[in-house]
Amino acid sequence: MTDRETTIRSVYIWVREGTWRATVDAALSLAPVVGSVGSEARFTLLHVTSPAAADAVHGAYWGLLGRGGQDPGDRLEVLGRASAAELLEAAARRLGRPCERLEIHGSTERAVVAASADADLLIVARDGDRSRLGPKSLGKAARFVVDHAACPVLLVWPEAAPDVGTIPPPPHHPHHGGR
Amino acid sequence: MHRQSRWIPAALGAARCGYISAGCKEGPLNAAIGESVSVLALIAVLAWAVIRPRGWPEAVAAGPAAVILVAVGAISAGDAGAQARRLGPVIGFLLAILVLAHLCDDDGLFKACGAWMARSAAGRPRRLLTLVFVTAAVTTAVLSLDTTVVLLTPVVFATAARLDVRARPHVYACTHLANSASLLLPVSNLTNLLALAASGLAFGHFAALMALPWLAVIGVEYAVFGRFFGSDLTPGSAGPRAQRDAGDGEARLPVFTVTVVGLTLAGFVGASAAGVSPAWAALAGAAVLAGRALARRRATPLSLLRAADVPFGVFVLGLGIVVAALVSNGLGSALRPLLPAGTSLPALLAVAGVAALLANVCNNLPAVLVLLPLTAPAGAGAVLAVLLGVNIGPNLTYTGSLATLLWRRTLRHHGSAPDLGEFTRLGLLTVPAGLVLAVLALWAGLRAMGG
Repeated sequence: MTDRETTIRSVYIWVREGTWRATVDAALSLAPVVGSVGSEARFTLLHVTSPAAADAVHGAYWGLLGRGGQDPGDRLEVLGRASAAELLEAAARRLGRPCERLEIHGSTERAVVAASADADLLIVARDGDRSRLGPKSLGKAARFVVDHAACPVLLVWPEAAPDVGTIPPPPHHPHHGGR
Repeated sequence: MHRQSRWIPAALGAARCGYISAGCKEGPLNAAIGESVSVLALIAVLAWAVIRPRGWPEAVAAGPAAVILVAVGAISAGDAGAQARRLGPVIGFLLAILVLAHLCDDDGLFKACGAWMARSAAGRPRRLLTLVFVTAAVTTAVLSLDTTVVLLTPVVFATAARLDVRARPHVYACTHLANSASLLLPVSNLTNLLALAASGLAFGHFAALMALPWLAVIGVEYAVFGRFFGSDLTPGSAGPRAQRDAGDGEARLPVFTVTVVGLTLAGFVGASAAGVSPAWAALAGAAVLAGRALARRRATPLSLLRAADVPFGVFVLGLGIVVAALVSNGLGSALRPLLPAGTSLPALLAVAGVAALLANVCNNLPAVLVLLPLTAPAGAGAVLAVLLGVNIGPNLTYTGSLATLLWRRTLRHHGSAPDLGEFTRLGLLTVPAGLVLAVLALWAGLRAMGG
């Protein structure tokens, strides 16, 4: 392998409500070791706004057959854009170095896979139920991204990683005499 | 035994009997013409309401359609007048509630709710969901489902965003509860107001019979939401994302407004028990808040008129007359065999099921207008079962009916179609279970309290 192939030049940081601090912090800890002399790695903060919530409200409003006034779904779209911009701003402040901001409107998991296709690394936080270790610590979106990402993925815990000792003991098989 | 509610004026009571017995008095040819004209009129009115050509109000089609049906004799002027006299007070009641809710919003009630939810949730998503459930259920019950959809939902979204919590479960909770939590009071949903007169129940009696079904449905929704959105409700690395307190201090509970709403609520029960229409209590509450807002120059007569949404009232009136024509011209006799009489558990389940189905095909407003005259003779139990169906049923589709859904789907030209699958799965998990439990609760209530 040549040095050129192993150098990480483009790092995508998936920023999501509730877990964005962990992905930004992971990028910060990588900063000294990515890129090469004279060519710093580029950081991209990626956020996806799913239309699902606004669509549900559009639908509820259409269901109120005959009512006049403003469609609250439109209001939600405006609020959603403002919230996304605010989140990217907070993440950029925490990162504290030059970065690009990428805001996409669409299906969350598919948009992340498509946007990060040419990245050298995508940083993802576990988004599931982390109270118990196991497959459920990945929610639907992170599961999809881990399964389908076209680039290497760095999967981080939103809080301190659990101790190895918390892994349940191996299953007991009596007919094999245990382990 | 169900009794004629004392606040229904004699003319309305007579009108009620009128539309129950309304049948086809002309020859078979006239009946066929009347039926097809009525069907066409209903399709035109509903299509207009869904498509909204040039953004014109729904009343533009519904008003003339009703006039044409009277002109061609599909419904007699007397029957149409009776329907209008029956619907008039109901529509006035609803418009007063809409004004009341609008003034509550102007006075910062929902902002204060948002600040309260943010403070109490303390960054925990599951706690926020519980608070949203409480707020949305109470708002829907007291100030009608319109208020939850139009005024509360944006506040809930903003609250979730401020707490750095994923908003989807909380927003979906608002849209679901706007339907399923609209069972409790007659003012919670226009369908309930329409049914109140037909059921012959007093305001308090209605609420007492619907309290258990209301709680049962909310319980089902809460249990399903907690599991369905499990991964979205795990606490993240908590804390608001920006170092600002977002003006929490300003968003204090508007005590005067809340007091007026509370007194209005007490007025509904008191007026109804004293034989006065509870609509007067709504009007008085709206008048007090409107007077205060006018005096403080926070509202103008025009803004109040806009809040009252008069074109919506005309639409309901027109739709009511068109549906009355259709029911008397054959739809009634076609549907009657599907609706078992009596208040046995299987009968109530069947009535609620048919109502939910019909609401999902067109919309719950025409559905309840069609079903009321057919079920009113069976008593209050059957009418309340209709309400369970038409209020809970619309959660199966995110637009409340298949007709609206199909049209809106064809309207969408750009790529991102809404995630129909997820919303439908949520509907399939909550609606059948909620409906069955609610009917069981109603049946038990009817046994205990009597209809």
